Amino acid sequence: MSGLFPLLAALLAGLSLVGLFRARTLLRRILALNVLASALFLLLVTLARTEAGLDPVPHAMVLTGIVVAVSTTAAALALILRATEPPGDGKEP
Amino acid sequence: MTEGLALIAPWLIAAGVGFFLTGALGLWRFPDAYARLHALTKADNLGLGLLCLGLACQAASLSAALKLLLVWGLVLVASSIGATLIASTALARGLRPVTRRGSRRGARRGARRGSRDS
Amino acid sequence: MSAFVIGFDLLLGAGLLWLAWQALFHPQPFAAVVHFMAFGLMMALAWVRLEALDIALAEAAIGAGVTGALLLAALGRLPDGPTPRRLLRAWQRPPVALALGSVLLLSLWLVWVAWQLPRPGLAAEVTAALPESGVRHPVTAVLLNLRALDTLLEVAVMLGAVWLVWSLGPELRPYAPVTALPGLPALTRLLHPLFLMVPAYLLWRGSHAPGGAFPAGAVLGAGGILLLLADGVPWMQRPEHQPLLRLLLAAGLVLFLGLALGGLLLTGTFFAIPLAIAGLAILAVEVAIALSIALMLMACYLFGEPGR
Repeated sequence: MSGLFPLLAALLAGLSLVGLFRARTLLRRILALNVLASALFLLLVTLARTEAGLDPVPHAMVLTGIVVAVSTTAAALALILRATEPPGDGKEP
Repeated sequence: MTEGLALIAPWLIAAGVGFFLTGALGLWRFPDAYARLHALTKADNLGLGLLCLGLACQAASLSAALKLLLVWGLVLVASSIGATLIASTALARGLRPVTRRGSRRGARRGARRGSRDS
Repeated sequence: MSAFVIGFDLLLGAGLLWLAWQALFHPQPFAAVVHFMAFGLMMALAWVRLEALDIALAEAAIGAGVTGALLLAALGRLPDGPTPRRLLRAWQRPPVALALGSVLLLSLWLVWVAWQLPRPGLAAEVTAALPESGVRHPVTAVLLNLRALDTLLEVAVMLGAVWLVWSLGPELRPYAPVTALPGLPALTRLLHPLFLMVPAYLLWRGSHAPGGAFPAGAVLGAGGILLLLADGVPWMQRPEHQPLLRLLLAAGLVLFLGLALGGLLLTGTFFAIPLAIAGLAILAVEVAIALSIALMLMACYLFGEPGR
């Protein structure tokens, strides 16, 4: 099991990078970035399991990272929505 | 008492998994949103209830068992409001239920027309 | 380590890879988003396997709940034209495939290097500092006392995201009008206390077990988005409540900053919280941060400034 989760993180990171570069729409690119973030969080938490016990510092980093990831996703989605909305639609009060 | 509970717990969990599989089959095979919701809300809530009951039988303490049953209650409330929202949004956007003859009819208008036809 | 557990891990890994593949390469955007939500739920299972229960709680509420709701809400408002097809010419295919393959190999190599690096870890230091932090759960201690500056900046980043989203224009109305169903208001009234009870329980647990401000805020925010969909929190959109909303959004950051400056005044060090008041001060800051995170998630979901 020791090597399974790092391998999974590496495959997920590689897959999401391929998806990021091949994405045709911005929404797909956001999905790829989110999967990449999950892969990196997985790697961090897997590396936190040492012989001395669980290292709580990467856990805390990943916990804040998840919340930052969702807020950046929301900001990116809002930007995409404003960029693609038809002109004149957003002017009305 | 506890030995008896430990004996029935695997059967409860297996039955719960069976209901989950049935619900997933319904989600996969049913033709429209309403039928899928019907399958999911019924089968999955019962499956989760059996799962929680089975896990509560194996729980270390009474408070842990009660917490597991509380999880079921909370999911019931949340999933009922979610299912209501999905169904009402589908209806408001003009999604029509698929009837047996394969013709798509509007929920309210179609029902009235259907009664006039018959 | 029994064969059953290894089989479960293999199944979990294969499921995660398949869901990620579908989320990245499925031709329909809607199916991709739904696969991504399922991916978030499976990630929560993976966190449980890695003994990271705090992260599992936050991931289940945010990765599957809030992010999925944000993506679906954005997807419903995007114009659904055909995706632009970018066909490659025949001579372009080998170099593109080579580049993408080398990206995959590079990520494998990087993770292998990271796995080989020495990992001293900070577990012993955190355990040594735990009695002076005022809480008994190491992750909460790191978040709110030992590395509190990171958390402060993280809340500031989130407030910045809300600022950006709100500065883009007025809020977008819900995509479909909620039809008047008789059961919905009653259910919503029932949900209000329940959605407050569960985060309060998580918050109280955080001082000695997995839980705390971040999972509590995530669960409260996910529940709040469900209530927003059911039209259960009308005060958020009313103009006369906007100052209160802004106050609550900033409460976490302001109280946290106040704690840091109070530590500076009392002990001469930024963020040095005296042990006598540490437990109580951390609890107060946690309540404010959980409330702020929940409201910030809900504010992001509006995709614009309410009441304008």
